[in-house]
Amino acid sequence: MTAKASIRIMRRELAFYFVSPIAYIVIVVFLIATGWSFFSVFFLNGRADLRDFFSLLPLILAFVVPAVTMRLFSEEFSSGSYEILLTLPVSTIDILAGKFLAALSLVLLMLIPTLSYPFFVASLGELDWGPVAGSYLGTIFLIGLLCAVGLFASSLTKNQIVAFIIGAAMCLFLTQVHRILFLIPVFLTGIFQFLGASTHFNNIGKGVVDSRDLLYFVSSSFVALYITNIVIENKR
Amino acid sequence: MISIHNLSKYYGPFRALDRLSFEVGKGEILGLLGPNGAGKTTTMRIITCYLPPTSGTVHIGDLDILENPLGVKKLIGYLPEFAPLYTDMLVYDYLSYVASIRELSSVRKEKRIAELVDICGLSEVMHRPFRELSRGYKQRVGLAHALMCDPEILVLDEPTSGLDPNQIVDIRAIIKEIGREKTIIFSTHILSEAEATCDRIIIIDRGRIVADGTAESIKSSGHIQFHLSLVGAHYPDVRTHLSALPGVEGIRRLTGDSAEELRVQITCRRDIRTEISRVAKERDWMVVEFAKEKGSLESIFRELTMPDESNTAGKKPRRKRIKR
Repeated sequence: MTAKASIRIMRRELAFYFVSPIAYIVIVVFLIATGWSFFSVFFLNGRADLRDFFSLLPLILAFVVPAVTMRLFSEEFSSGSYEILLTLPVSTIDILAGKFLAALSLVLLMLIPTLSYPFFVASLGELDWGPVAGSYLGTIFLIGLLCAVGLFASSLTKNQIVAFIIGAAMCLFLTQVHRILFLIPVFLTGIFQFLGASTHFNNIGKGVVDSRDLLYFVSSSFVALYITNIVIENKR
Repeated sequence: MISIHNLSKYYGPFRALDRLSFEVGKGEILGLLGPNGAGKTTTMRIITCYLPPTSGTVHIGDLDILENPLGVKKLIGYLPEFAPLYTDMLVYDYLSYVASIRELSSVRKEKRIAELVDICGLSEVMHRPFRELSRGYKQRVGLAHALMCDPEILVLDEPTSGLDPNQIVDIRAIIKEIGREKTIIFSTHILSEAEATCDRIIIIDRGRIVADGTAESIKSSGHIQFHLSLVGAHYPDVRTHLSALPGVEGIRRLTGDSAEELRVQITCRRDIRTEISRVAKERDWMVVEFAKEKGSLESIFRELTMPDESNTAGKKPRRKRIKR
């Protein structure tokens, strides 16, 4: 793997997002959804925190991230440009890393405007910055995981819509499984709770940065990327 | 430069390549010919490290395609069959992206792109998105893509398909020009093209090599056909006497019974014009026309790749190995 090749692929993918309307549409939708989720209850609760914003954020991301990642491999497969890409002097790991970094940076980019929310809240009341910083850190790791899963979904099919649906389903499972734990047999709840990202996300969000939670995000993202690499190596 | 040894490729149970072996020397222009589905594209995709072979080895220089794919890819410029590039990118952006992946420095990149615009005639489309281009321009961008790093080996999959006659002449000239120093493999359906451009031709059929040599040697290896027009001769009589001659493989009547003039087509393994005229003289046939059909690459191609009745599917296709 060469970092240079990955960065070039990343730059091309990012440029593509901004040349086509995709990036703008996704950013607008994301900001409207987060803005709504934040302001709709903020004044009702009258609490100077961002708990409601961060409790809905994983759900919004579960739809936004697959929308960003769905084209990354599917489009290459369907147009046949994958053949071009693979016959250029780059390895599948370069390709994967480039595409992952492109998706990750686009989603992180759309997260930046939401940084205005804590400042807004801080101007209205006493804001505890610890959980806010923790939640943003957790969000970054969560986005990494969801991008990896979304990429995996995209590598499975040449149809972007199918890639989106598979990706959204997997991201929904990861972010929302804690809500349906009561449907799962008791002896399995522990496993599902651990598999789901929300417990780990909430732990970090409390401002308690535990290495176990970070390890969960890093290792699960890595596993998703690793499987994706196997898939794209064999997709020829 | 390229040596392929016992290369086989299966798509599930379907055998696309069957123990293919050949070598291509440095500076050689090799034309791969064959009917659709013969294995041309598969061969090229394996050489360019896109598809892994089922068995067999391919070496580019001293690099093995499986052990050192990155090194191999650096040496090869590849134009895929349908030049499927990124449809939303501008041509300039695309070429500049390829240049950066090929690790050209920014100064060299601009210079190289300017050269390629010249070579491939792209100046009018540089700032248009790829999807708006005509088939011919797409092909040219694909060619520019393949030439970007000034590769030692060029692999071109049907480079002239979809081009107008002027463009075909242009591209052939480019191939000839580049082929002076570089190794080129290209596939085509157009036999005259292979004849005009290649130093050497390999005809593939059902995953096997059926002919390998220069256009001349392949042409001379085929059967010779004569057209003979006789007056005062009966077909059964002609048939008996001519098929008795050594070297005659087949006789076919071209005219009906009632015709005054009997026209036959004689297929021979070698030139036996003198023997035929002697028989005609002995039997007192009036020879009004006697023509040798030129052995064209087309007829040999058909002969080698048409599945005929005696050689039904499953049997090995006849293989011709011609000394170059």
